[in-house]
Amino acid sequence: METQQHDSSRAPEGHHDPGFWTRHIFSTDHKVIGMQYAVTALFFLLFGFFLMLMMRWQLAYPGHPIPLVGKALSRILGADMATKEGVMSPDLYNSFGAMHGTIMVFLAVVPLLAGAFGNFVMPLQIGAPDMAFPRLNMMSYQVYFLGGVTMFASFFIPGGAAKSGWTSYSPLASVNDMVHHPNGQTFWLIGMIFLITSSLLGSINTISTIIQLRAKGLTWMRLPFFVWAQFVTGFLLLLAFPPLEAAGCLQLMDNVFGTSFFLPTGLVVSGQPLHVAGGGSPLLWQHLFWFLAHPEVYVLILPAMGMVAEVIANNTRKPLWGYKSLVYGSLSLGFMSFIVWAHHMYLTGMGIRIATFFQTTTMMISIPSVVILTALLMSLWGGSIRLNTPMLFAVGFLPMFGIGGLSGLPLGFNASDIQLHDSYYVIGHFHYVVAPGTIFAIFAGLYYWYPKATGRMMNEYWGKVHFGLSMLFINLVFMPMFIQGLAGMSRRLYDGGATYAQAAGVTGLSPFILGLNKVISLAALALALAQIPFIINFFWSIKHGRKVTSDNPWDATTLEWQTPTPPPHGNFDKPMEVFRGPYEYSVPGKSRDFTPQNEPEQPEPAAHGNSAHS
Amino acid sequence: MEIPHTVEPREDTGLYNAKVGVWLFLASEVMLFGALFSSYILLRVGADPGTWPRHWLDYKLGAVNTIVLIISSVTNVIAWANLKMGSFRKYRNYQALTILCALVFLGIKSGEYYGKFHHYTIRLTDGRIADGHLQKNETTKDKVVIEGWWREGEAAVMDPPANVEEKKIEIERGKIADMRNYGPSRNNFAGLYFTMTGLHVLHVIGGILVIFAIWGPLNGMWKSDPRRYTNRVEVAGLFWSFVDLVWLFIFPTFYLL
Repeated sequence: METQQHDSSRAPEGHHDPGFWTRHIFSTDHKVIGMQYAVTALFFLLFGFFLMLMMRWQLAYPGHPIPLVGKALSRILGADMATKEGVMSPDLYNSFGAMHGTIMVFLAVVPLLAGAFGNFVMPLQIGAPDMAFPRLNMMSYQVYFLGGVTMFASFFIPGGAAKSGWTSYSPLASVNDMVHHPNGQTFWLIGMIFLITSSLLGSINTISTIIQLRAKGLTWMRLPFFVWAQFVTGFLLLLAFPPLEAAGCLQLMDNVFGTSFFLPTGLVVSGQPLHVAGGGSPLLWQHLFWFLAHPEVYVLILPAMGMVAEVIANNTRKPLWGYKSLVYGSLSLGFMSFIVWAHHMYLTGMGIRIATFFQTTTMMISIPSVVILTALLMSLWGGSIRLNTPMLFAVGFLPMFGIGGLSGLPLGFNASDIQLHDSYYVIGHFHYVVAPGTIFAIFAGLYYWYPKATGRMMNEYWGKVHFGLSMLFINLVFMPMFIQGLAGMSRRLYDGGATYAQAAGVTGLSPFILGLNKVISLAALALALAQIPFIINFFWSIKHGRKVTSDNPWDATTLEWQTPTPPPHGNFDKPMEVFRGPYEYSVPGKSRDFTPQNEPEQPEPAAHGNSAHS
Repeated sequence: MEIPHTVEPREDTGLYNAKVGVWLFLASEVMLFGALFSSYILLRVGADPGTWPRHWLDYKLGAVNTIVLIISSVTNVIAWANLKMGSFRKYRNYQALTILCALVFLGIKSGEYYGKFHHYTIRLTDGRIADGHLQKNETTKDKVVIEGWWREGEAAVMDPPANVEEKKIEIERGKIADMRNYGPSRNNFAGLYFTMTGLHVLHVIGGILVIFAIWGPLNGMWKSDPRRYTNRVEVAGLFWSFVDLVWLFIFPTFYLL
């Protein structure tokens, strides 16, 4: 029955054709909202990457004008941000650094995972006609968009965008720019409040949908792992973000209304005592921030693991190894992620005993992570693997996340963290998790679900080129950072450590370590070029890609492939009923190597004509 | 396909969608206010001796507001119960009381805010400290007039003695070394008081707008879809009870401790 393609051109009953605005901009359809999220977030992903390319130029060639864009920077942002020739100022470097982090985490990766894939795929996978609260869903995207606009606009206000890192540590964030009011930090805080509100609305919707709208027969242990990942992620966003909203309100009070929640007594700025009441606690900001930001790390990785699991199960043509371990692993990962936050704060002077507690929990949380990764790795064993583009990215994810995760262990130990903290080692570590980890998983998901969303496949050849080049260059970008970090190179150097090397009497960084800056920067540029095939492929395939001949082009088992292609408003022609677990591939005795979740147990007569698939 | 369980409860959870949603929302609200109360604890525990004020707020006003909010929660529940039993008229009346109580609460609260912003501590160049409410009409370019007290040292500002008679104090501008009101930037107690009660007030306003919208402009749904209408009242009521609950923590934290 899956072989026949649904005719999606026919209008669903009772729905008149809405106009352009209702259909594409103010839509309440979860699939449209998912795609809005995807396009916006991909734009921000590219924009954040572009900021980093400019910073990488400054690190590799400090004091040299940025080619191509340098002069434009000076013209748009003013001479105090970049010289006329196009050399980046330290302030601009700080701005770009802070905004690169903020944009990548809050405007690109999380919206892609939870907003785009969570919205598009999850309701389809549970057989729901839409999210539980469609209008809330639309509002969630609109508030996210507003947050993005606020962040983007902050580059162009006097004084420029926020400059205190994506962590916005107080008191730096409050005293960094005391000339301009409102300044970049104010915009950052207001933007964050928008983004937090958006993700709050989104997570309420996600969790309610999974609890309430599962199709008949779709019990918890029959859920695709991606849905589980979204479920846990939803709770992380729901419960971890509000403390940052509280912290944001408090810092906004500090910056705008002159309170001193995070400003200690006796603070001196530029030789002048600061006129505030004092008595605040900088550590308090860090606690509130990391109480969000550590669970946020798992928000970044769990849905990625979910997508990789879907792609791996589909392309190994066998059930996932240890489905229940994956589920319980991600549940304990979610729970544990709330009690490890202060491992970001070992060197803040919060005390040895607290540090020991958080070191212990940090070591414990690596257990469920390893369980999940192992289960995914074991799933490859004995499979008849199809190495298509989504699968390449999914398989590429495994060692990349492995490197990222394991390189985190030395940072989780108090003692070794003293040497490694705040160095390029840290940068290498978390980028391995998020860039070749999560973003590779996102690519896997994009190539995998693209035919469902558009009815056409993306080009396989250019997909493979995209994968190969990305894999090569992304490792050339991040692997040398471990070496630099181990050599003691700080992550906060405007000139990439050049002044260290010249300073007399200081053990500088060797020419080799400094030379790596150039390697990294050139590799980053090459990585940017390697995305061109993807970008062209993505847009070109919408109109010109190979048309799918079936609603289920990958021969998958889960419900999202049982809809018409692309799914119409309301998704399914008839209510779904589920009879089995999510990954019934290669069941012995069946005529085909996949058994969809909604196929009734009593097989139809053999004469029905499923031969096209076997 | 229509979205299921918008009105009918789902069999295994026993809940309709919006009820799940609002409980999740309240969970996040607990985390929001939880973080603020944690900040209060951390800042208060870390405060230097003598820097955390006492008796700055009038507990009588706070107590009245507490009672007003509790009454509003009760009338809100009675209104919903009446609606459940089909009496739209009684629902309208009780819910009107809820809205009225909320407005009384906001009125008292804004009176308190107004008082704090016009309450000044004035340090004179000779070291004396005057403390009281600014008399705007009599204050000129040359002198500041307050209705208040002379304070015996800093400790008496941080913990003012009770039952001291107010009198009019005139101070020449030239003798003023420092003049600060009881606004949020005064110290962390005042800052937290304004931030937390301010956020709570925003919740009160939001809650009452929703309750009012359902009560008035949107009540046509009672005719077209009474069960869904009743559910809406219930969901808004759950939020309202939460707002009430937050105040029950704010009141002792700021007014009594």
